[in-house]
Amino acid sequence: MPVLVVASYALIPAGAVWRHLADTVLTDYVSNSLLLMLEVTIGTLLIGVSTAWLTTMCRFPGRSVFEWALLLPMAMPAYIIAYTYTGMFDVAGPVQTALREGLGLHYGEYWFPEIRSLWGAGGMLSLTLYPYVYLLSRAAFLEQSVCVLEVSRSLGNGPWRTFFRVALPLARPAVVAGLSLALMETLADYGTVQYFGIGTFTTGIFRTWFGMDDSAAAAQLSTALLLFVFTLVLLERWSRRKMRYHHSSQRHQSLPGFVLKGRQKLGALLICSTTLFLGFLLPAGQLLWWAIETREMIDREFLQLILHTVGLAAGTALLALLLALLMGYGRRLSSDRGTVAAVRVAGMGYAVPGTVIAVGVMLPLAWIDNSLDSWLRARFGISSGLLLSGTLVALVFAYLVRFLAVSLQTVEAGLGKIKQSIDESARTLGASPGQVLHRVHLPMLKGSLLTALLLVFVDVMKELPATLVLRPFNFNTLAVRAFELASDERLRDSASAALTIVLAGIIPVILLSRSIRNSREKHDLSTGTE
Amino acid sequence: MNIRSKLALFATAIALCSNALAAEVNVYSARKEALIKPLLDQFTSESGIKVNLVTGKADALLKRLTTEGANSPADLFITTDAGRLHRAKEADVLQPASSETLNAAIPASYRDPEGYWYGLSVRARVITYIKDRVDPKQLSTYEALADEQWKGRICIRGSGNIYNQSLVASMIAADGEATTQQWADGFVKNFARDPKGGDRDQVKAAAAGVCDLAIVNTYYLGAMINSKDENEQAAAAKVALFWPNQNDRGAHVNVSGAGVTRSAKNKEAAVKLLEFLASKKAQGWYASVNQEYPVRPEVEWSETLKQWGTFKADTLNLSLLGENNPAAVRLMDRAGWK
Repeated sequence: MPVLVVASYALIPAGAVWRHLADTVLTDYVSNSLLLMLEVTIGTLLIGVSTAWLTTMCRFPGRSVFEWALLLPMAMPAYIIAYTYTGMFDVAGPVQTALREGLGLHYGEYWFPEIRSLWGAGGMLSLTLYPYVYLLSRAAFLEQSVCVLEVSRSLGNGPWRTFFRVALPLARPAVVAGLSLALMETLADYGTVQYFGIGTFTTGIFRTWFGMDDSAAAAQLSTALLLFVFTLVLLERWSRRKMRYHHSSQRHQSLPGFVLKGRQKLGALLICSTTLFLGFLLPAGQLLWWAIETREMIDREFLQLILHTVGLAAGTALLALLLALLMGYGRRLSSDRGTVAAVRVAGMGYAVPGTVIAVGVMLPLAWIDNSLDSWLRARFGISSGLLLSGTLVALVFAYLVRFLAVSLQTVEAGLGKIKQSIDESARTLGASPGQVLHRVHLPMLKGSLLTALLLVFVDVMKELPATLVLRPFNFNTLAVRAFELASDERLRDSASAALTIVLAGIIPVILLSRSIRNSREKHDLSTGTE
Repeated sequence: MNIRSKLALFATAIALCSNALAAEVNVYSARKEALIKPLLDQFTSESGIKVNLVTGKADALLKRLTTEGANSPADLFITTDAGRLHRAKEADVLQPASSETLNAAIPASYRDPEGYWYGLSVRARVITYIKDRVDPKQLSTYEALADEQWKGRICIRGSGNIYNQSLVASMIAADGEATTQQWADGFVKNFARDPKGGDRDQVKAAAAGVCDLAIVNTYYLGAMINSKDENEQAAAAKVALFWPNQNDRGAHVNVSGAGVTRSAKNKEAAVKLLEFLASKKAQGWYASVNQEYPVRPEVEWSETLKQWGTFKADTLNLSLLGENNPAAVRLMDRAGWK
């Protein structure tokens, strides 16, 4: 609904501002946003798919650690990683300073990659967003029947060909689901691009809205963004409209575990450890260093911050999962165009910047509150005040609007792999739709459901703009604390809060990784049951 | 009990809940928690009035205030620039505080003529220059920064930032839109690099040799000078502060301030809090902790502020910053100021 509220603003004419935007900055917004998406597409696919394949199908030293450790960058908000990288590699940072002093050079006399550039932003976003691709494609690889791969090998395809011709195409729905999450997050990103001084659609929305005080034009920009995302999603669906991704065999044998040797082993190690180092160890190490330097920032309020953050994240994750299941099933059971469209629209929130969502939530809730209040005043002469606005209900609602796409995508990707014929068999055997869900699908979906839970959990922990606007009085989260200090240009002081977000994210990440692997082991144990 | 009386009872219960707590005041603050909470705590311990706080970005909080309308729980709205206070007044979510204490304490140029909002601390946007490479005699006004001699030598943050928008808005008020456009076109050509980062980043970049001039707000420079981080201190030590436009309208200043909301249910407490924030003690805190200038002339400055000396401030009616803001943003877009 909030998505539609924002879109409805778009009907207000705002010709003059549009002409101004088109004359000056609009082309920049569009080209920067597109380039950024292209970079993130390449970056996350390269990193995410390759590491997922390596950790799932190959055997090399440290694999079992990489399996879960490669998820860690997900716990790192993109703007935080941007701050730490800038802190280290900017012109005034220690690296370039040492370079200048060591070689006796001046600024401009040597070449150094500019972190705060379009490329830098693409890199930062890829490093924090590749885990979406990694997670979903790994789950897909794990679920792949090894038989299919063996058939391919026995037909004379080498490991590379098997990967590109069989495994990758089979995993396509999952890879695309992961990629589209990463891209939507990219479009919604404000913190990183703003800090790097790159004009994108998102910064344009804020500039038009607040700087030029024109909410109509800003809403139209938001709507244009939504339409764009919608088109992309439709295109992708259209391109695989006739394909199905089930396996003809449910036989699961233990994974082949290609044992890598020599150069291959080194290559695999290098890919995984570089990713882990750049995406997690380096920035987390910098944060830790800063946090130790400023340890007095950890005060009594800290425990409360952690409780607030984790509580909100866990509650929202559960709710989002329930809703996603309902909607996923709605779509599976009914091919009604209305249902399908509603599910699509609900999933769009992820590409919308948090502040826009927040306002979209605020308007209808305040309207309900105020209408109820004036009705009560008129009937009974008493006032109810605001019942929903400014409470956690409003905040959780906003989270759901924003992050439903994440759980929906994951649940749908999981459901997509369960053949319709299984439903039909179960129904023929007398099971009600509810029973099908409970007895047949849930066990098969366990991995996807856990993934959906974790993704929303981590996303809510990192979420900033909506939390900032909608939270109740005297209620802070770790992200709010980290942002307030960082935006006051006190990076060091913000490190302890940022690091705690990361730490709080690690536990569920490890749990998740374990349960994904276990789901596979169960499959392996039950080899032969169809 | 019929349905109607049940409903009435239910509603009364709700109403009681929301109005039961008397001695408190609800604050929406665009000033960050770390920069306002200590003062609020002090207020609570002195007056016994509990302060409930939500911090956030000014525009978003203002949006919250307007959508919540007459039922908004907020009593006081705090921002870090006059433009937003003006916008809040225009949006009809503020009311006059009508306090003689405030009118007496705060100079007329730092408050709304009708008492809708009051400035609580002053910050100036100034030119800093690298001492080794720039002779301060070369510097004069903001306007002169568009001169050829500064080509490729200036660092300043992006045009999305409210402090830059306010600066340009003040120039539109002083010089007119056409002249300011011309100025911005030239000024942007003098940038040493595409704008990025915050105010402190500009000083650091200048110290690292990227540029010779950096445009910053005074309290950021003050914070760097007093920083625990040695690199920041070292960077700040390389630059000196120049007060622009001292021979005409004065340096561009802005205020952080606050206004009582129209919906305030604890108006009395809100005014009390405002009066506390304008008290000599609280004013001294702004100066000593965050290197901001107190609005009250009689309050003593911190050592850092004293070092920079006295200056002539632009006495422009600060409401104009809010009015000119959209024009300023469009103007910067046209000039290609990223």
